[in-house]
Amino acid sequence: MSDNFGSKRLVVGAHYGLRDWLSQRITAALMVLFTVALILQLLSGGPLGYDRWAGIFSQQWMKLLTFVTIVSLAVHAWVGMRDIWMDYVKPVGIRLLLQVATIVWLVGCAGWAVQVLWRL
Amino acid sequence: MADNIKQRPIYRNIHVSQIVAYRLPPAGIVSILHRVSGALMFLLLPFAVWLLDVSLSTEVSYERFTNAFVGGIGWLPAWFVKLVVLGLIWSYLHHAIAGLRHLWMDVTHSVGLQQARLSALATLAISGVLTVLLGAKLFGLF
Repeated sequence: MSDNFGSKRLVVGAHYGLRDWLSQRITAALMVLFTVALILQLLSGGPLGYDRWAGIFSQQWMKLLTFVTIVSLAVHAWVGMRDIWMDYVKPVGIRLLLQVATIVWLVGCAGWAVQVLWRL
Repeated sequence: MADNIKQRPIYRNIHVSQIVAYRLPPAGIVSILHRVSGALMFLLLPFAVWLLDVSLSTEVSYERFTNAFVGGIGWLPAWFVKLVVLGLIWSYLHHAIAGLRHLWMDVTHSVGLQQARLSALATLAISGVLTVLLGAKLFGLF
């Protein structure tokens, strides 16, 4: 252990995946929070039409919670899809291509969702 | 010593063609479905954002949203749209409940064989029942 630093530093092994593990759980908890908040609002109140549906999302606190959820979803799905590519796709070039495509896909969808939200 | 190494059983990666022959325990089924549902939602993400867009933007677009479940979207029939949405509903429910199971295991260290088996069966049961209920509602059975 004494020579585990500098150029001899161990770059694999325990705790190197901690950040991904933790971010996946924190983002998951935030998305559950959003889900509960949305369900509670849907269950309280009269018949559901455009006004009530759009009204739920036009509240400032709900906009913020939805925004946090969108960002959480992108981070969460990135960790998950990266795991899938690492497990099943061995050629480095194809894996890199798929990882880049995943980022483009997620950032694109997140941007679109934020645009929808900010128009309200 | 060299003989011992030679006699060790060899575990190779499971080939795709062998998957159906492997009988997974309930926790294994929950695990692979967790991955499948996550990948499905990733692929359907643009469709989900489209649903958010048309349902929220204007009253006119809200009509397009509700009509997607009655007259379909373009050349896609309504039953197909409902089937895809049902896929999203199942994915979300299974993924969320299996995820809560993970969090529960992390917090309480409930990782014994029996606990894992029971919580896995509970995950499959709860997400299954909720999917059937919401699916019946979606297809207008009640």
